[in-house]
Order: sequence, then structure tokens, then C-alpha cells
Amino acid sequence: MKHKLWHFHGGLHLDGHKHISMTEHVMPVALPAQIILPLQQHIGAPAEPVVTVGEHVLKGQLIARASDYVSAPVHASTSGEVIAIEERPVPHPSGLPSECIVIATDGKDEWKELKPVENYQDMDPSALRNIIRDAGIVGLGGAGFPSFIKLNPGPDNVVETLILNGAECEPYITCDAMLMQEHPRRIIDGLLVMKHALRAKHCIIAIEDNKKVAHTLLVNALHEHESDFIDIVQIPTLYPTGGEKQLVRVLTGKEIPSNGLPIDIGVVCHNVATAAAICETIEAGKPLISRVMTLTGEALENPCNLEILIGTSFAHLLEACGWHEEQTDEVLMGGPMMGFGISSLDAPVIKTTNCILARPKNQPHRQPAMPCIRCGQCATVCPAQLLPQQLYWYSRAKDFDKVQDYNLFDCIECGCCAYVCPSHIPLVQYYRFAKTEIWAMERDKEKADHARERHEFHQYRMERKKQEDEERKRKKKELLKKTQGKKDAETDTKKEAIEAAMARVKAKRDAQQQQKKNVDNLTEKQQQALSEVEERRQRLSEADSSNKDKN
Amino acid sequence: MQAVHSSPHTPPQNSVPRMMLALLFALIPGIIVYVFFFGWGVVVNITVAIVVAIICEALMLSMRRRPIKPYLLDGSAVVTAVLFAVALPTLAPWWLIVAGIAFAIVIAKHLYGGLGYNPFNPAMVGYATLLIAFPKEMTAWLPAGIHEVTFIDNLRYTFLSALPEGMTYDSLTMATPLDTVKTELAQDRTMEEIPVRYSGLFGGVAGRGWEWVNLMFMLGGLILIYMKVINWRIPLAVILGLFIIATLFAIPDPDLRPSPWFHMFGGAAMLGAFFIATDPVTAATTPRGQLIYGFGIGIIIYVIRTWGGYPDGVAFAVLIMNMAVPTLDYYTQPRVYGQEKK
Repeated sequence: MKHKLWHFHGGLHLDGHKHISMTEHVMPVALPAQIILPLQQHIGAPAEPVVTVGEHVLKGQLIARASDYVSAPVHASTSGEVIAIEERPVPHPSGLPSECIVIATDGKDEWKELKPVENYQDMDPSALRNIIRDAGIVGLGGAGFPSFIKLNPGPDNVVETLILNGAECEPYITCDAMLMQEHPRRIIDGLLVMKHALRAKHCIIAIEDNKKVAHTLLVNALHEHESDFIDIVQIPTLYPTGGEKQLVRVLTGKEIPSNGLPIDIGVVCHNVATAAAICETIEAGKPLISRVMTLTGEALENPCNLEILIGTSFAHLLEACGWHEEQTDEVLMGGPMMGFGISSLDAPVIKTTNCILARPKNQPHRQPAMPCIRCGQCATVCPAQLLPQQLYWYSRAKDFDKVQDYNLFDCIECGCCAYVCPSHIPLVQYYRFAKTEIWAMERDKEKADHARERHEFHQYRMERKKQEDEERKRKKKELLKKTQGKKDAETDTKKEAIEAAMARVKAKRDAQQQQKKNVDNLTEKQQQALSEVEERRQRLSEADSSNKDKN
Repeated sequence: MQAVHSSPHTPPQNSVPRMMLALLFALIPGIIVYVFFFGWGVVVNITVAIVVAIICEALMLSMRRRPIKPYLLDGSAVVTAVLFAVALPTLAPWWLIVAGIAFAIVIAKHLYGGLGYNPFNPAMVGYATLLIAFPKEMTAWLPAGIHEVTFIDNLRYTFLSALPEGMTYDSLTMATPLDTVKTELAQDRTMEEIPVRYSGLFGGVAGRGWEWVNLMFMLGGLILIYMKVINWRIPLAVILGLFIIATLFAIPDPDLRPSPWFHMFGGAAMLGAFFIATDPVTAATTPRGQLIYGFGIGIIIYVIRTWGGYPDGVAFAVLIMNMAVPTLDYYTQPRVYGQEKK
């Protein structure tokens, strides 16, 4: 049966350069002396180390656990001794180092005890997700989002279609194609595990039509399963058809809502390599410690696909492929369209490293950017149907409101616009700049909002307290008035008695005040002085009263 | 060892000079036919315009402290010069060419911000300025194919204002077919009579020679579309706009209104549709915006030709629609993937 296909807007027919690295088999690599495992190889919170320096670890042993829901654990890729937990260069567009666990390999490559999962079909999906989470599996297509989260559709969602992405539309990269050729059964078994976890109704494995061999081998592998709910679909080779949004559109005709997820339209997407990794976890109990990756580019003598241990350095792998450093212009992680330059070759390959591309020197490269002539070729090829030239204009002007009006955040950074730009403007760089600035502004705004809210709440609380106090006072007064009115009549006699008593007390106090103090045992002299004073006081008070009279 | 750049890491596929060069090559068939019918004047005009344009461009770039070499080599000044020169009458004195192209490059291009920023098509600004300032010189054309002006005659006229011996300016030049039709119709003559009165001025469907020039410019334009230097929307919309309005008026009044074919293959229609309206800097960029922009140009060309005071309407039509471009672009944004329909 032929699957109905749709189109997405724009896209590019690129020269694939795929044959360069399509050797016969995926090759193993010699064990490196050191394995460097970054704590952050995924989207989400970095993992927390659970080993200490000097500890001996076995292959597959947990060395850092997930620190949050959106996080992934890290396992030792081989046996050896932990020699450092420190910042090391990592493959990241920023070029900044990051916290890593460094293992000196012991050469024995000794596995921990592995516990395969039996009869996963009888397991609860949530238990299955926990196993996948504990195996440290993240999306191997490049994004590195923890897979168990994407295997949880949520209570209200029904997964109509589970898509396995084997499109691999980036030029040069062939690791998914090689994996599909070498381990088609693993991919299908992994897909079945995913289907169980998601309770998906229908599954599609999508492959670009330039990978005929992989397609044939997968179809053969599927025949053994006799599952009628899996379709293996060839899609036209057109960059970036392997982008999640584009692939969903091509296969289902539906669009993932802006700011939404595929599950909002009943679709879940995973990479073929992720499916194979899940199969290894379920069947063999192995956590994610290795992957297939492509080493390619014209600066390599023997481009190929390697089964590599995660944490092996770029330099070690490049040397294994006959690398000519002096002929290399730059080394990229990922493909030429979306990859990024690596600033240190001591950096290790991580879970999401699908390709190392060593580009030769003396290529016609990078010309100075000229003014935009508004030719609109960028808009013609944009798979998100954006207006790249307007985005450029406003990013450049740092008009971040306008650039969001033009839907900057729907840009997938595929690079089609910059590829066709006759003025050689690094458009994607401008969009990344604008996005980063907007994120920073939003963080600042959040902080300011938080502070303002706190201040406002404080003021509100003070105001409330004041009002409450006043209210309390008022009530008290009212109460007092009420009770007084009642009591008045009863207490008239009492009052009189009290008043009389008070008058008596007052009279007594007055009399006391009249009395002289410390007048006992006085000497004659003192007595005299005292009477003089008394006399004077008498006179004064008389004069005073006469004065008052005059007035 | 390495500098880190942002993706994509691909060699450049296209360039502004390449696009400009393609445009110049696509003009060649039209220019050849031009020379065949109207003599060497157009070549003289093009040469003078290019030289002056390059001098003005270099001068402005140095005054604006821009790198001269890469900007001169982008070819945009040359393209402006050629488009401007092709639009001029073939018998043009040198000062007319210099004034027009200098105005185009200095004022319409650089004083408005230079390549990529100028809102109005520089070649058309230069042309329109001349049309307003020097109407006599700008409306005098040699009649296609029936003159005997040689290359040397043309050079002598351009630089020395010397006419061939025994010829007067008025005996040499004629109004264009478009112009003639307009004046004659205004004098209550019909479309049947006019070609009879001016034998040799008219061809199969439009003016003699003009229809072939238009056809060749159309051919060049189609090549540009095929090469993806320009897209099909603007030319199609211009032609469609012109065709539809001309048809609507011609059907009830075939005697008093020239046929749509006369409009489509007369004057600068095809040059305007494929080479001038498509100037990327000053045209609309959204797909729907381009259709509206082109359609508007087509309509305005007809309006000016029919009821306006100028022999042709391409330059003003393009300039008027240039003004509408920012608004068009804003209100015709395409629906972005995953966004609700607005």
C-alpha cells in the first residue's frame, strides 16, 4: 500500500555527500585511555555524580543520577577508575567547558551485571518508562530530550501515530542509515517497546528515498514480525524533511501547533537510533553508553561510521579515521547545515553526537556579507514559511517586539535561508542572537516581576494590617458604646458611690500633699529655714491670687 | 587551528553579482532587436550611462565611506544604468543621459540609503525626472526600421547635437505608436483609421519594432524566471493586470480602445514587467504582496497610458506601487507553519 504524503513549504535539494561515509559496516574503535563523561548531555538539568574520585567503576555502572524530572543519568562507558570530576571542554556551541566525570580506562571493558527485561508486554507503561529513564536514554537524533518523557503521552492524550524518524536529511551524515542497514531488527523491536509504552495505534518508520538499502532491509526485517500496524514509508529527499515539524506534515498532513507539541495532534516522534537503544536496554539490560556515529569530511582519509563509546575524545576518533590536521579548515559536530564548530578536540563525543565533519581547507568559503537586496529567496525556501528577511531586519535593529511579531520562535534554524542568500548574510546567527537576547530579557523581566510582586504583596499586607487594625478598633469602640449604654442605668448609684470614694481619695491626697515631707527630727536651723520658705510661699501665693484678681 | 562560525557551514551558492550579471545577459536579446529597429543609439546611451553610473557610484561610496571595490562589483549600478538607458529615446543628447543617471545613482539610490535601502526604483526615478524636466527630448523617438541614422550620426548627435545633413529634428523623429494612438483617439479617430494614417509605424499587434522588442524582453525575462533570478509572480501579475483592464475596456469599445495585445507588446510593458517591476529592493517580497504589487502596476500603466499626460506609464506605475510596498508586505504575511489562520 502506498502511503499518502503531503508537502511542506520550501526546502532545499542538497548534495548529500552520503556515499563518502557509507562503508560496508559500522566499525569498532580501539579503547581510549580516558573517557570523559559530561554531566549534561541532554536537555534538562545536569546529572549529579554518585561516584567519587578514586572509585573503580564497571562498564554500564551508574556514575551520575538524574537530578530532576527533565534530566538523564550518566553511566560509565567502560570499566576503570574515576580520576577527576571537574570542568573539561565539551562539544557545545558556546565553546565553554562543563562539569565532567573523567575515567581512566583499565582496558578490561568489564560489564556490570546486566538485567534484561523479560516480557515487557506484560509490564505497566510507567514501569517501562522508568527502566528507559534509568538507562539514560535521550533522543539520539540531535536534541537529546529525555526519551521517557516523550514516551508518556499523559492521561488525556491518545497517540494516533508513532513516527520513527529515519529521514536523516542533513548532508554527510549516514549513521542512521548505517544503523538501519546493520540492525533493522533492533529498530523494529525498539519501536514495539515504544508502541507499548505509548499505547500507540499506528506506527510509521520514515526514510528518505535516497536510502534504498536501509529501506529494503527494514522491510525484510518487518516481514518477520508480521505486524500490520507498522508502515515503512519512503519520503522524498528534501532538506529539512527530517525536522520534526516537517516530517509530521509530510506524513500526516497535520501541523504541530506553534508553541505546541506533536502530542497535541496525536503524534509522537522518535529517532531510529533511540529505538535501537531502547531495544538494547530491554533485551540486554544495557544502558546508553555507546552509539553509532559518522566520521566524515574531505579532510579524512577513511571516512566511516563507528560504534563509539560515549566519552571518547574527538581527537581519538579523528585519528582512527586517518585525519590530516594540516588540511582541516574546521571540525564540526553535526552536519554542515545545522552543526556547530568545535573549539577543542579534547572534547568528548556525547549521546547526541551523530556526526563529526572534518572540512578541508581551500573551499570556496564565507564571503563578506553584503546588504540585503530583499530578493526574497530566503522566504521561498523557508520550511516554516517565515519571512527571514524581515526577521533579519528586526534582529539587526534589535527590535525584539517586532521580530516576535514575525514569529521568530517558529524558526527551526535549519539554515535554508542563509544557504540561498545572495548577499551571504549569516541569517541564522542573527536569529540565534535575537532569541538569546529575548530569553535574557524574559529572565530579567521574570526577576523584576518577581521583585515587584513581592513588593506589591508587602504593601498589600501592610495595608491589610492597617485596615484590620482599624476595623478591630472600630468594633471595640462600638462594642464599648453598646455595653456602656446598657450599663449606664444600672450603675448610676454605683457611679455615685465611686465618685464619692474618688472624691474622698482626692481630698486625702491633697491633704497629704499639703503635709511637709522629711520634717521629723529637724534641727533648729533647719526648722527656721523651713518656716522662712513657708512664709515666702505664702506671700507668693497671696501675690499670685491678688494678681489673678487684678486680671 | 580553527575559527568557529555559525551554521550553515556551506560554501556560498549564489551572489548579488551573479544575479546582476544574469539580468544583464537576459537583456541582450531585447537590446539586439532594439538596435535592429532603432539603430545604434541605444548602445551609445547604454555606454554613456554605465560610465557615468560607475563614476557616481564610486564617488558616493567614497563619500559614504563604504568599501568601493565589493560594492562596485556587485553590479547594481551597471544594471540601473542599462535599464535606464534602454528606457531612453535612442536619439538622446549626452547631458540628458548624464543628468538622468546621476540623479538615479546619487539621489534615488545613495541618498536613500544605498543598495537594499532605496524605496524607489533608481532607474525609474531618473527616467521620470527627465520626463518631467525635458518632455520634448524624452518623447522624440526614431520611427522603428524606417530611419537612416548610422552609428556615427548617432554619436555626433549625442555629443555634438549635430543632426545628419539635410535633416531637421522634427523630420527625423516621431511620436511613439502609444503616443500617436493617444493623440489620434483624442481627435475622435478610430483604431481602424490610425494605422492607415501612419503607415509603417504599426506592426502586427502593436507598434512596428516595439512588438519584437517586447517579445525579446519577455524571452529574457522567462530565462530569468527559469534561472530563479526573479520569480514569476510579479511579471505575471503585471501582464495580467494590464491585460485584464485593457480587455475590459476594449471589448465594449474596440474602435476607441487599443487591444490588450497592443498594450502588452507596446511601449515598455515587457521591460517593465520582467526587469523593472522585479527589482527586488523596491518590490514587494511576500507572495501575495507581489501579486498585488504587480497587478497594481499593470492597472496603473493602463490608466496613465489611456487618460494620463505621458506617452507611457511604466515608470510612474512602478514608482507609485513602490510606495505601497511596506504596507503590502505588512498585510500580506504568509501563514507561518503551525500558526492559526489569521
